[in-house]
Amino acid sequence: MSDLPLRSQLAVALGRTAAKMSRMAGKGDGSVIGGKVGLRLDPELLTRLSRDRKLVLVSATNGKTTTTRLITSAMTPLGEVATNAFGANMPTGHVSALASAPAARYGVLECDEKYVPMVLRETGANLVALMNLSRDQMDRAAEIWLLAGKWRKALAESPGTHVIANCDDPLVTWGAATAKSVTWVAAGQHWREDSWCCPECGGPLDRQEGEENSDWACRQCHFRRPRPDWVLHNGAVYDPHGRAFPLDTIQLPGRANRSNAAVALAVVAQFGVPPEQALPLLATVKSVAGRYTSVEAQGRTLRLLLAKNPAGWLEAFDVLKPAPSPLILSINAQGPDGRDTSWLWDVDFRLLRGRPVWVGGERRIDLAARLEAADVPFTLVDDVEQAILAVQPGHLDVIANYTAFQSIRTRYGRVV
Amino acid sequence: MSSDRLKIVWIYPDLLSTYGDQGNTIVLERRAALRGIPTETVHLRSDEPVPPDGHIYLLGGGEDRPQILAAQRLRADGGLTRAVENGAVVFAVCAGFQIIGHEFGGDEGQPLPGLGLLDIRSFRGQRRAVGEVVSDVASELRVPRVTGFENHQGATSIGPNARPFARVVSGIGNADGQGFEGAYQGHVLGTYMHGPALVRNPALADLLLTWAVGRELQPVDDSWAGRLREERLAAVLGAAPA
Repeated sequence: MSDLPLRSQLAVALGRTAAKMSRMAGKGDGSVIGGKVGLRLDPELLTRLSRDRKLVLVSATNGKTTTTRLITSAMTPLGEVATNAFGANMPTGHVSALASAPAARYGVLECDEKYVPMVLRETGANLVALMNLSRDQMDRAAEIWLLAGKWRKALAESPGTHVIANCDDPLVTWGAATAKSVTWVAAGQHWREDSWCCPECGGPLDRQEGEENSDWACRQCHFRRPRPDWVLHNGAVYDPHGRAFPLDTIQLPGRANRSNAAVALAVVAQFGVPPEQALPLLATVKSVAGRYTSVEAQGRTLRLLLAKNPAGWLEAFDVLKPAPSPLILSINAQGPDGRDTSWLWDVDFRLLRGRPVWVGGERRIDLAARLEAADVPFTLVDDVEQAILAVQPGHLDVIANYTAFQSIRTRYGRVV
Repeated sequence: MSSDRLKIVWIYPDLLSTYGDQGNTIVLERRAALRGIPTETVHLRSDEPVPPDGHIYLLGGGEDRPQILAAQRLRADGGLTRAVENGAVVFAVCAGFQIIGHEFGGDEGQPLPGLGLLDIRSFRGQRRAVGEVVSDVASELRVPRVTGFENHQGATSIGPNARPFARVVSGIGNADGQGFEGAYQGHVLGTYMHGPALVRNPALADLLLTWAVGRELQPVDDSWAGRLREERLAAVLGAAPA
């Protein structure tokens, strides 16, 4: 850090001041504004701050924040780790994360899918972890086939970067396949509606049915699932030597988090932290940026689940308390959510039959029309508080998309 | 309709299904069921032949490459063209709308041949149209003002054998300089309202069903879909819907 040119040191210092002022003004954690100020003064700042560090970039449609957190926890034996823990996953957030941990020799950076090529170029990251790609907020996100193509180009131009990729996701596999060295993790794929076609030639992909067998191959060309080095199977991770590590100590619920944990184990093994050492550290993570936390409201315990796209909803349904446990759904369509609610029709809401469902949020009428068409009985509420008061005291699951989630979290923020 | 079941064919969900396109099949099934009309829906993968005996064929949206593949496979298959010659109904949105025309713009903007089921030509426009779109439907179709979401960079001009589906009130639509949205020709109808366009527009779903069964349908309660339509029109236009 002290090796930084004067201008960069100034950029870092002013960025920190801006971040502090933003925090004092109650405008979030300040990492975006801090990074923005820093990059304005020194456009090379991200490159300079990355020098002499071992960096991991973590990207996917879903699970970026959680996996970043899991990897960071498991890397603590190596010393201080710089990380953008609160999901500020663009270069401004990366600058803030690195600038606020000048002595850290390691960094784990969550990276927006679109920014992977640019951030890889600027940081020269040692390792990139790629987990899944699926349809997501298409009014502002890139088309995923194009996105995977850009990953291919960026990785081909970065031969010193090792990749850890989920080979159960055909598009991720294609996106990672140009890397000089790859560790393949069979981490599972539950949402398959975006991977029925071969990313290489467009031919039909033949896929195995069932949760525990994700093998796939193109019927027309050579493209097929690579042989995995690490395998997630029946709730255990098998390392490249075939040793089994059961994931039953992981606190974060659901198969999506077992998948995230499998990727995290493969990543930290690359830095010399063996699974037996990493697992107890993964088990210390109980919630991530408010996700999976429980909050207390009106004598009820609300468990907050964030779901932003069809694949994410599928994973949220997977961790619900079984029916007839009650459920609140809340949907907004502000900028960060995507202004288009069409995705509701990609979610199989029939899975919610048999439990009381309350529907709120700014786009509750869209959700009402969707649930009616799926024959799921529901009650519409103008305010989620009405739903909370209507259920018996006890456990209550809440699934919400981004801004709806944040508003509930802010309102009932007292974590249990 | 020649058989007792209404057959709905969803064309190539493996290529043309980017965002909620499934909603159109669900809405048609539901509104047919409300009239006591049984339905059978085929989710047709792109490696399967197009069945000639469908009553309603649906085409959804897609990225550039899947759109090109879908057009190639449908042209090679020929089944959809034969079905239309036999009077089948086609409802196509976004990328699907473009490929049922004579030509459309490929991933580099190059003109590529479509199916020619609709007398339109599409090419890549100057800027991307993203947002709510509201339009007034051609009066002869007797469908009230429609609401949808558009997300495309296409521009489409309508030839002499097709007619505009609607005139844009708010949004971009065909980006043809004339303010049109979508097009239709016989029982083939396309629109830039993407994804589950029929969800917010129950009367449009009923128009397709009426075409398919060849008779008027009894009215049903539009329920939440009707409320959604009113809420969206008010949100975009800032006033009660016309």
